[in-house]
Amino acid sequence: MTAMCDVAFLLLSFFILATQFKPDEALEVVTPKSVSTRQLEGKDIVLVTMDRDGKVYFSIDDNNPDEKEIVIEEVDKMKNLGLTDAEKAAFKNRGSFVGVPFSQLKSYLQMSPDQIKDLNHPGIPVTDTLNNELQVWMRATVEAFKGKKMNLMVKGDNEAKYPSFKGIIDAFKKNEQFKFSMVTDPEGVPEGTELARKIEKMGAKATDEQ
Amino acid sequence: MAELDTSQGGGHKKKGPGVKKAKKLSTRVDLTPMVDLGFLLITFFVFTTTMSEPTAVRLYLPKDTERPEEQNKVKNSGALTLLLNKNDNIFYYEGELLPDGSNFQSTNWKDVRDIILNKKKSTRPEDFVVIIKPGPESTYRNTVDMLDEMFINDVKRYALVDITPQDLQFVVASEGGGSAPAGN
Repeated sequence: MTAMCDVAFLLLSFFILATQFKPDEALEVVTPKSVSTRQLEGKDIVLVTMDRDGKVYFSIDDNNPDEKEIVIEEVDKMKNLGLTDAEKAAFKNRGSFVGVPFSQLKSYLQMSPDQIKDLNHPGIPVTDTLNNELQVWMRATVEAFKGKKMNLMVKGDNEAKYPSFKGIIDAFKKNEQFKFSMVTDPEGVPEGTELARKIEKMGAKATDEQ
Repeated sequence: MAELDTSQGGGHKKKGPGVKKAKKLSTRVDLTPMVDLGFLLITFFVFTTTMSEPTAVRLYLPKDTERPEEQNKVKNSGALTLLLNKNDNIFYYEGELLPDGSNFQSTNWKDVRDIILNKKKSTRPEDFVVIIKPGPESTYRNTVDMLDEMFINDVKRYALVDITPQDLQFVVASEGGGSAPAGN
């Protein structure tokens, strides 16, 4: 009896504690809500993050080290940054993301993880149409993912202003990337709307295709 | 599992009349209901928790073309233009913006659904198109919410278009000539 009780409460406390753990994310982004139920695709992710100040960050999935390598090589070549092998390796590290202009990229890649944590990232410049640096990153990425389908994603914060988003879209367009996903939080479909009726007819599938 | 302590009742007979021994009360409490409740809660939470997994909204961008003949032409009568603005304000006009701005109206997120639906009902389906123009002061949330609204109202054709200086002029005028960059 007591043993069972112990087990029950152990489980209970385990779940209570376990559900509270939240990954310590380097960037805090509160995504908007949408009625879409389409799940995120998990492979070959190229993620552009936009924080609440509209600053833009660029990252590639850790499971694609080869592509990461090509991207940093390409960027190095295109922008003549003169990166060393150690700096390139830093880009390939787990969970690495870039939120600095090219002018600061070299020194950024020399930083230790602790320094990066404390750094006030200036973000990749995108709002200036003539100097949209994300465009260069995207060009390198398209090159790296040649012959492979990449999942382009934008994860934006609610409070980010539209011009940053437009800068991101422009960078995509310039590189012929016309399809991308926006990361959102699920939300219920409002009652009595066209979509609600459609779901009744077709089932949950109605919210999948968008 | 659940045991009933009957020894006391049985033992009572043996004692002689009048001999009262202090009843030894069992300190054991029957835990079964509590365990039941515990497991019930666990099963409930295990089954109901869906890890709030992020979802994705797809957006297909049109290709930019320099040549106007390749661009999609929109019939003016069927167009509804929504201008998103700071502080979640929405301005809208149907068809083309008249030079005097007489069809330039303001609305909010509560009423915009009715406006879209009304327009949808009053125009031919093949002409109906919603043009979303997020202003420089609008937030990313506004844009995604509006795209979502298109989806909720089953709008087949919509476009994300840059705001024009002319539109912006009316917006600034409608906001009481407010200093645009204020309030970040």
